[in-house]
Amino acid sequence: MNSWMWVFALLSVYAFAWRISADHNVRTERISGSAGDVLEDNPIGRLKVYVYELPSKYNKKILQKDPRCLTHMFAAEIFVHRFLLSSPVRTLNPEEADWFYTPIYATCDLTPTGLPLPFKSPRMVRSAIQLISSNWPHWNRTEGADHFFVVPHDFGACFHYQEEKAIERGILPLLQRATLVQTFGQRNHVCLNEGSITIPPYAPPQKMQTHLIPQETPRSIFVYFRGLFYDVNNDPEGGYYARGARAAVWENFKNNPLFDISTDHPTTYYEDMQRAIFCLCPLGWAPWSPRLVEAVVFGCIPVIIADDIVLPFADAIPWEEIGVYVAEEDVPNLDTILTSIPPEVILRKQRLLANPSMKRAMMFPQPAQPGDAFHQILNGLARKLPHKKSVYLKPGEKVLNWTAGPVGDLKPW
Amino acid sequence: MKLSALQQSYSNRRSNSFRGSAPLDSSADSSIKSPAAIFWLVLHGLCCLISLVLGFRFSRLVFFFLFSTSSTNNLYPVPFRSAVELGGAALDIPSTPSNLEFLVNKTSTGSSSSRVVVGRHGIRIRPWPHPNPIEVMKAHQIIDRVQREQRHQFGVKNPRTVIVVTPTYVRTFQALHMTGLMHSLMLVPYDLVWIVVEAGGVTNETAAILAKSGLRTIHIGLKERMPNSWEGRHRLEARMRLRALRIVREEKLDGIVMFADDSNMHSMELFDEIQNMKWFGAVSVGILAHSGNTEKDSSESVTQKKDDEQNLPMPVQGPACNSSNMLIGWHTFNSVPYAGNSAISIDDRATVLPRKLEWAGFVLNSRLLWKKAEDKPEWVKDLDTLNGVDGDVESPLLLLKDPSMVEPLGSCGRQVLLWWLRVEARFDSKFPPRWIIDPPLEVTVPSKRTPWPDAPPELPSNENVVQGIQEHTVKHSTKTRTSRSKRRSKRRHDTRVVDTQAATKHSEQN
Repeated sequence: MNSWMWVFALLSVYAFAWRISADHNVRTERISGSAGDVLEDNPIGRLKVYVYELPSKYNKKILQKDPRCLTHMFAAEIFVHRFLLSSPVRTLNPEEADWFYTPIYATCDLTPTGLPLPFKSPRMVRSAIQLISSNWPHWNRTEGADHFFVVPHDFGACFHYQEEKAIERGILPLLQRATLVQTFGQRNHVCLNEGSITIPPYAPPQKMQTHLIPQETPRSIFVYFRGLFYDVNNDPEGGYYARGARAAVWENFKNNPLFDISTDHPTTYYEDMQRAIFCLCPLGWAPWSPRLVEAVVFGCIPVIIADDIVLPFADAIPWEEIGVYVAEEDVPNLDTILTSIPPEVILRKQRLLANPSMKRAMMFPQPAQPGDAFHQILNGLARKLPHKKSVYLKPGEKVLNWTAGPVGDLKPW
Repeated sequence: MKLSALQQSYSNRRSNSFRGSAPLDSSADSSIKSPAAIFWLVLHGLCCLISLVLGFRFSRLVFFFLFSTSSTNNLYPVPFRSAVELGGAALDIPSTPSNLEFLVNKTSTGSSSSRVVVGRHGIRIRPWPHPNPIEVMKAHQIIDRVQREQRHQFGVKNPRTVIVVTPTYVRTFQALHMTGLMHSLMLVPYDLVWIVVEAGGVTNETAAILAKSGLRTIHIGLKERMPNSWEGRHRLEARMRLRALRIVREEKLDGIVMFADDSNMHSMELFDEIQNMKWFGAVSVGILAHSGNTEKDSSESVTQKKDDEQNLPMPVQGPACNSSNMLIGWHTFNSVPYAGNSAISIDDRATVLPRKLEWAGFVLNSRLLWKKAEDKPEWVKDLDTLNGVDGDVESPLLLLKDPSMVEPLGSCGRQVLLWWLRVEARFDSKFPPRWIIDPPLEVTVPSKRTPWPDAPPELPSNENVVQGIQEHTVKHSTKTRTSRSKRRSKRRHDTRVVDTQAATKHSEQN
């Protein structure tokens, strides 16, 4: 009897192992994050989100004034709102909610050329928080520790596009305890709070889908980059823009035939990315850029040149295995670094990039699909649950300083 | 485009606030009027002077080396090209101290151990910013490996050897045709065997062309010479191809047999598409029936256009399918418009017509030709049955008992993957063997007619300069004279040019 059981156990183990090896797909590789395959986790059922009903002057009216907000790279804040409104994680009962979302479109005050002006955003956020703290009891319960805000602007909740000014202002004092969902991420930086969730910038999924070329087109470009190297309007001598890294790339490699780099923006930009092996993603005025999303979607290995950057969903995606990190001081040796990577490593990175769950996690498709960036945000929020007992404040206890910050921010909006 | 526009407009917006900060700082400084301010002013003036002399912004160098933090210390002496280009405007000196102080402040109050600082950094350029050839080789190896992997994943699985059958013979156009075909075959990413059958026996010329390819070739000869009539040629070519098929059977070559005539043009997709064939496939061939230049032809073609404007013959031969992609018939070349007008012998300037279905449009599995093969289908005849055929074998369809088993390739014949063309020189045209000129050719145009003088020009000394100018004017006048004479016949103009130039030469020497 015993021997039969042993034989049966052995057979089942063997069959199990054989099945696993048979499932191994040669073309793509499973991405194991720090906690297993978290990219494919389903957040539904693991958390409940309550969406505050703010007057439309905070969201709809702003969007009506300028519909360009739906297509620029900060459009994530609008699409997250829309997703949450119709998502199964939404609850209409605030008592059972784990997280509270405040729909403010703070990055929608655009210049005629389409760039967001952040000067009114602190006042807008402040007035929204005043509203929710006076109409609902949940803010005062935790002083915002179980609330999350989407702030996709350049330096997140520091609400300025210039880094020095942003550092000076720091994160808006009222948002110090809240979880910030932002695109900016740099370690040891004032504008990145512990526990923030880094998301990719918005890139229009349909536009990228229409520019796909057949997969068998051979990749013949070694390194590809299109963008500015010198920002002649604001930083004529160089050295300020991108901390001199982009200028260094240009000066060192403009004569190198392996590097297809220029400021020219061709109509075949997406197609060319699909014909390249490495795509440079250097920092600009801010360390993040939509290039990372485009590189991942088009299967081009991202070469990240930004010291101390925190990439999107860093706790779920093992970026060191997928991309190549190059320190800014090593830029003059970029060609040596890239050519000395063994071909097996390059092929492995390409296999990881080819994994559809990777591409899905970087995009904000409408309607939402399982595994996309919306779900990764919810996964990130779910991983932070349950809230520690210490975030719940005793009634009457105040932690935040409501009068902190520049005087201009205290004006009503 | 979106991105750069975004960046540029961003910068436009930023410039307003950025420029605003500088005058604020300077005004703050000047309002203090302390010894510090005077000291800075003096330093400013000194640096201005030095910059004027040196030609670049010397002040920044000094401040960098004195005050820079860790990340800016690794500067090479070369890189101040960027500063050099902008010359010595010393306007920013008042702002730099505030900047650097700000830098210092930042590092002291900034969050814990951040080594990334905001502010001006140097642009690092290595001493020799040019590609290293070893690295370029490594990069190409990487690209090659990646492309191989791509082909393995997305291309054909288990690609079979391509066996190419080409009949050829030595003639003027052979080098042109064979070189073109050779280059196409060298680009094929699969294993290749090239069987070249030559009429008139194996020659060194053809062997020399084949040797350049680096492909695996089987070069055999047939004793007969190529006849001059197109009919005879087609028949001999068919026999040559059968000879090659016999070789495939004898050597038991395994792969896909395709017929590549040397004057045809093949697309690379053809070689990818034929890998999909199982036993016997057919592709669509574009027929480039090159029409002759006789006047008779042009008038007839005009009348043709009036008659069948809607029914212009499609120059395509190949399989025809119905809507469910099943083979239902064949498109052949409509030769009715050219009836009576086609070239009979190689010298005719009329149109050269193809056969009903050219050999080039068919591909077959080499196992069909073997004596004994495992899964050889029953609808194929043995190759030996074609041995005794007296007339010519028009197309390999004769090998099949059941022609409906042919697989249409190239999305059921909708893609034209190769083109048929016959262009040959006159049968008596001569060409240097192997295209090497030996002995030297006859002189056709003497080099004295070249525009530059025989003697190299001498450097004129001071006295001769005046003379030189005079000569130039002399030359100029002769030129005007000749320009007027251009209106006359060319010949006379030539002699006159020669005469006037000879005249000026004489004047020079004098």
